[in-house]
Amino acid sequence: MRLPLESYRLPNGLLVTLSEDHSTPVVAVNLWYHVGSANERPGRTGFAHLFEHMLFQGSEHVAANAHFELVQRAGGTLNGSTWLERTNYFETVPSHHLELALWLEADRMGALLPAMTQEKLDTQRDVVKNERRWSVDNQPYGTWWERLPALCFPPEHPFHHSLIGSMEDLSAASLEDVAEFFRTYYTPDNAVLTIAGDFESTTARALVETHFSKIPRGSGRPALPPMGLPRTFGGWAREVVADDVMVPRLFLAFRAPTFGTDAYYAGSVCAAVFGQRRGSRLYRALVREREVASDVSAFTWDLAKGADLFVADATARPGTDAATLEAAMVAEVDRLRLGGVRADEVARVLALIETDFVASMQTAGDRADAISKFATLLGDPALVNEQLDHYRKVTAEEVAAFAHDFLGEDNRASLVYVAPAEGAAEGVAEGAAEGAAEGGRLGVRQRTTEGSP
Amino acid sequence: MSHPRPQAGTPGPYEFPHATRFALANGLRVIVAPMHRLPLVSVIAVVDAGAAGDTAGREGLAMLTAAALAEGTVDRDGPALVEAFERLGTAVDSGAEWDDATVQLTMTPARFDDAIALLAEVVMAPRFAEGDVERLKAERLAELLQQQVEPRGLADERFARVVYAPTSRYARAAGGSPATVRALDAAQARAWHGFRYGSTTTTLIVTGDVTPEVVRSVVERRFGAWSHPVEPMPAVHPQARTTERALHVVAKADAPQSELRVGHVGLPRTHRDYFRVVVMNAVLGGLFSSRINLNLREEHAYTYGAHSGFDWRRAAGPFVVATAVKTEVTDAAVREILLEIDRIRDAEVTADELDLATKYLAGVFPVRYETTGAVASALAVATVYELPDDYFSTYRNHIAAVTRGDVLTAARTHLHPGALQVLAVGDAAAITEPLAALHLGTPSVTTADEGETA
Repeated sequence: MRLPLESYRLPNGLLVTLSEDHSTPVVAVNLWYHVGSANERPGRTGFAHLFEHMLFQGSEHVAANAHFELVQRAGGTLNGSTWLERTNYFETVPSHHLELALWLEADRMGALLPAMTQEKLDTQRDVVKNERRWSVDNQPYGTWWERLPALCFPPEHPFHHSLIGSMEDLSAASLEDVAEFFRTYYTPDNAVLTIAGDFESTTARALVETHFSKIPRGSGRPALPPMGLPRTFGGWAREVVADDVMVPRLFLAFRAPTFGTDAYYAGSVCAAVFGQRRGSRLYRALVREREVASDVSAFTWDLAKGADLFVADATARPGTDAATLEAAMVAEVDRLRLGGVRADEVARVLALIETDFVASMQTAGDRADAISKFATLLGDPALVNEQLDHYRKVTAEEVAAFAHDFLGEDNRASLVYVAPAEGAAEGVAEGAAEGAAEGGRLGVRQRTTEGSP
Repeated sequence: MSHPRPQAGTPGPYEFPHATRFALANGLRVIVAPMHRLPLVSVIAVVDAGAAGDTAGREGLAMLTAAALAEGTVDRDGPALVEAFERLGTAVDSGAEWDDATVQLTMTPARFDDAIALLAEVVMAPRFAEGDVERLKAERLAELLQQQVEPRGLADERFARVVYAPTSRYARAAGGSPATVRALDAAQARAWHGFRYGSTTTTLIVTGDVTPEVVRSVVERRFGAWSHPVEPMPAVHPQARTTERALHVVAKADAPQSELRVGHVGLPRTHRDYFRVVVMNAVLGGLFSSRINLNLREEHAYTYGAHSGFDWRRAAGPFVVATAVKTEVTDAAVREILLEIDRIRDAEVTADELDLATKYLAGVFPVRYETTGAVASALAVATVYELPDDYFSTYRNHIAAVTRGDVLTAARTHLHPGALQVLAVGDAAAITEPLAALHLGTPSVTTADEGETA
């Protein structure tokens, strides 16, 4: 199963990929800008995400919030999201509204700043502060996805700091920051545009030409600080957080090879053997047999620069303390690292990956987003068609070698959440904010309408 | 590069996937909607065995039973069953909602026959081993314990309690309370399964890369011997707890935000005003560009998002406005919500608002149903609420026919400002007094672990 792809670059540097499919009258427009929280400067944590909110506040020919309104009036869905390495914006519309989606994206890429005002910035700053309270501060375990990267990347590394940002830094963001960030990063040569679904190639090419070709190229994306890191953490980092939680939760992280490398695929399969679904080792051992956890998972973050993270997590059953939970998880890690994996475990994972892959190609929006991901992070949209081949080539020996090389005691970081009383018993003085494992990606939340048939 | 806003082209033809319906000799109903674009098949077994049927004192039994289906069959224990499914590249999901229990899975067509064989084991011959049922109970109890510090789940649970009379099943969580869950056991699950699960209470929905002929032959082979006459589910009585406005504060010390729920008893899914109410709610708080979201988020920046909705069930589920706002503006946010509910009852919505709501609801239809899973879920809803066979082909016309007058009538008939229950989970010391100043009735203050503090 391969997606038809047609890629070309406009003279201004915009990488365009078209993937036609006429099976349903729907088309997706998807833009990835190669900028994320990693590109923020000191004192401006959270800015990439705040900026994403500003992109829905109008542009030269589009009124504030009209982007949402126009797409929904067309019968479309839309959103945006920010991650460490990229920010994306996407619409799926009935196919006769393709030009509307392109026009909206081009207007904000070409002429955002005329619409920016201090009032809009102040409003979105408060909205984002509420987003932080909602997803991080007022949710049990919610700080995990800023504490874990802080624990796993050195302080000067661009992946170290918080994606949603601190309240202080959000307060400090100015209109001048908005203008500078826009001029630096929101340029056609720092973006990829993917159109997937029901359209005619010649028409789409002409529309892209009309709306995007006159947007000037940027002056070049400033280089990130050095992203390279040693192969392992070089030890076992540890943080215990006393939080307003009823039961402990453990995140055990390992430094791993970057997204898209051969070793990445072995690591990805290893994570699935270890913690994907109920047939995984963690579920069998911790949930079903020992009954020390009620919930487990393992996954990679898919970072393409410097180093990736392999993360396993487990939430304790009431009555299980953090030490017991961690010992149980570590025992399973060691069994994997020292005992290897069986071919049938890899076969289970491959069967699931194959079904999931086909399922992920069902919507135009998902297809466009996958194409943009490979175009942005690895520079080649066509890699989307090679993913299954990469996974199929992974052997049990390679998974075992990955576990041996990357899951050792010299490459671990434990982030443990405990109830305040247990934290006191462990000598943890610092009280932490509450928060929630919401899946890690931020975005302007689109409120869907109820009343679906 | 000043291009005017483009005009729309001509809409492409769209048809919701055509469904073929038939029944086996034993009464099992089957709905097949072929979608051949990708090698993928989704299956949902829908059983008339939802939480609405739980008897008093045994709340949580329907959900526990449905969850336990996937924990092993007569022929395979839990690990062997999971292994068998996952080796086929599919993961089985089972659970119950208010009005149905479902078992669902997605696989490639080559594995359809084997997957249906396993599904038949799960639905017809579950094991209900003592140890598995006890573990699932413990996991539900853990979830209830964690809910005490999770403001969103806590707000939803408490809101149901203040909206419905204590005698209504809807007043209590679908998954049961600590006391009722502790009292459940494997024997009760086995009995519930025997009583509720059978060929006459089950519909099998199959969407994707299959033909009705193949489905018929596979299903007849795997389910043909199942027979079990079962009585229909009892009706839920959705009585309101009160017809008076009231304020309820659930104390969460030092919370930086207040989780708000404002609403009352809503309408049953099969109400004849369904489409009018759906359009009315889209304008009020259903869309991003709705009045409530634009007011609370984009105008006042009180919140990251606010929305309203009707929870459609067989009997009248709740109508609720839900949001989370910064502690200091809790009273101001509630005041704006009450104003918006009054405003949509005072005067007709603008032509522009109606146009946005109806164009969105009708236009998004093909976008919503791109996947085999989404089409199967839609057919499951249509099955549970016995919607007409032409429901999906006429949906867009029904939406387009709603007028501004209809919206006003729907708001006046089905929104009841005088009966609104206002619930806030937050910093009680900071928010109770300002909220009480809004004259919402005598405030009651409770704690997350249930005790009354005031």
